[in-house]
Amino acid sequence: MKWDLILSNSFYTAISANAVAYILVASGLNVHFGYTGLLNFGQAGFAAIGAYSLSIPISRYDWPWPLAMLLVVVASVVLALLLGIPTLRLRADYLAIVTIAVAEIIRLFMNSVRFTWLTGGNDGLQGFTRFMENINPFPDDGITLWAQKVDGYRLWLLVTGWILVALVSTGIWALMRSPWGRVLKSIREDEDAARSLGKNVFAYKMQSLIIGGFVGALGGMWLVLDKQSSQPQDFSTTFTFFAYTIIILGGIARAKGPVIGTMIFLFVIQFVDITLQQATRTTPTDPTPLLPEWIVDENNFSQVRFIVAGLALAVLVIVRPQGIFGDKREQAFDVR
Amino acid sequence: MSASAVSYQPVPGSKKDDAILVVDGIRRAFGGLVAVNVDHVEVPRNKITALIGPNGAGKTTFFNLLTGFDAPDSGTSMFNGRRLDGMAAHKVARLGMVRTFQLTKALSRMSVIENMRLGAAHQKGENIFRGLFAPMWRAQEAEITARAEELLARFNLAHMRDELAGGLSGGQRKLLEMARALMVEPEMVMLDEPMAGVNPALKQSLLEHIKGLRNEGRTVLFVEHDMDMVREISDWIIVMAEGVVIAEGTSDDIGSNQAVIDAYLGAHHDSDLGGS
Ligand SMILES: Nc1ncnc2c1ncn2[C@@H]1O[C@H](COP(=O)(O)OP(=O)(O)OP(=O)(O)O)[C@@H](O)[C@H]1O
Ligand SMILES: [Mg+2]
Repeated sequence: MKWDLILSNSFYTAISANAVAYILVASGLNVHFGYTGLLNFGQAGFAAIGAYSLSIPISRYDWPWPLAMLLVVVASVVLALLLGIPTLRLRADYLAIVTIAVAEIIRLFMNSVRFTWLTGGNDGLQGFTRFMENINPFPDDGITLWAQKVDGYRLWLLVTGWILVALVSTGIWALMRSPWGRVLKSIREDEDAARSLGKNVFAYKMQSLIIGGFVGALGGMWLVLDKQSSQPQDFSTTFTFFAYTIIILGGIARAKGPVIGTMIFLFVIQFVDITLQQATRTTPTDPTPLLPEWIVDENNFSQVRFIVAGLALAVLVIVRPQGIFGDKREQAFDVR
Repeated sequence: MSASAVSYQPVPGSKKDDAILVVDGIRRAFGGLVAVNVDHVEVPRNKITALIGPNGAGKTTFFNLLTGFDAPDSGTSMFNGRRLDGMAAHKVARLGMVRTFQLTKALSRMSVIENMRLGAAHQKGENIFRGLFAPMWRAQEAEITARAEELLARFNLAHMRDELAGGLSGGQRKLLEMARALMVEPEMVMLDEPMAGVNPALKQSLLEHIKGLRNEGRTVLFVEHDMDMVREISDWIIVMAEGVVIAEGTSDDIGSNQAVIDAYLGAHHDSDLGGS
């Protein structure tokens, strides 16, 4: 087993531009669910809107990138309004149903054969990252972090991504310690109480949906910038549930929760994955793998990683139910 | 008795010289059950008015209808000459009519002091853009905190300042909810059974707080089952039964009112109505 490779690759995965995308998507969900109590099951939809609002105009219509980024803002706000206006006055479950449905509609639309001319369909879209490559100050062959090689473009995305994470997390932290954030938390606890004190609950929920949705869209954008390809299958409902796992791990309603949650989540998944990969590998010179084939072989380990990772995460949640940064005292009361 | 002197006709729907709240023909049915059917009621300004009646009389529903938490099937209500019916709950509160709930709504995973701060009206930092920049709201936050601490001390909650509200006892939550409502500085306070579950010693001081509200110029409408409490602080009493206002008057008028006695005896025989 090449432990230095396994560990360095797992660490890199936990801080990569891909991790930045997960952090942003989860941070947005944290605003919705963690602070406001909004049951958004369609965060992947916001991420998809962010991804495609960048990739479609640039690859298909040669828009300058600032204009495409403006579209990311506009489109995520519009999506939040579309989701929020009909549902935010209703009981919480309506938002859950509508968000999960709309996120799936977006993904299916991006995947549909009929609109391949626009979205690229199943093959997705490429060639929208040139602007990012052009302003990349790092040499193309990049650097080596421990035993992990990182190319110049990924390094550039990593650095700018973490600057973005710092900005977004600080912004969310600043908002949540303000009286504005206090109103959001009061809505999470009991929206009728907030109303009885003169707070316009609908308006605050809408603002929360917009802010969290926009941050999620930034995450989607970073995801496809990293992959240099935007593909519909990256925005399935699983992505939303990964984001829930992340905020529960890191500690719900904590600004640094999504950061730490993502790092643990991605580290565990990647570590299990490549450890299994190594442990099941057979070579002509060494035909017997480390793990007996009746347990797992090199063809099915990629399924097993989620089982093992799931177990690892379950243990973590049992040992520390409030998450890494959560407040233990809050666990004493019913969530709802 | 400390009630300030009033001299209105002790009949249902009687005129008050200076009514802060005027209700006309408010009706609310749940399926076949008519929960509230109030013909006409006026609540006098700067007085303490009690709303009493047997369980299921429609008192809480009436509160909900007035405060925008439920919409009447028909009828109007006017607060300071402004129509309330059909108005969103938060707007009613902003007009100066703030209610508490029979089933308390403490914000469990927020500290007691945060619960209190939330109550304050016109907070600059509640705007998202100003919220982002602490210097824009810090001074006001300090004022609010000072006022909140003062109220907490008055309500014997000062020692719980930094505890999560979810950790309070049932009675303490009642106190917190009332104190929080006062943070809004409402012109009219609507209290739904504020004394339920509060221990007798504290009840006495709560009564003093409620009287204090009147001295500050506020109007109080409260629901209460304990007739001794009602008698001790209310200037005026409105009696509901089966959704209808069946009597109004001072505690002396009510105690000797046959309709009231009948309504209570129908519901619970052991009620002590006392009076005359
Ligand atoms: N949401 C609702 N749906 C159906 N029926 C309701 C609803 N709210 C109240 N009711 C009915 O309306 C009637 C009046 O209820 P309400 O809660 O107003 O009584 P109350 O006078 O506050 O009683 P209590 O003194 O026990 O608090 C009751 O018969 C109740 O069952
Ligand atoms: Mg009631």
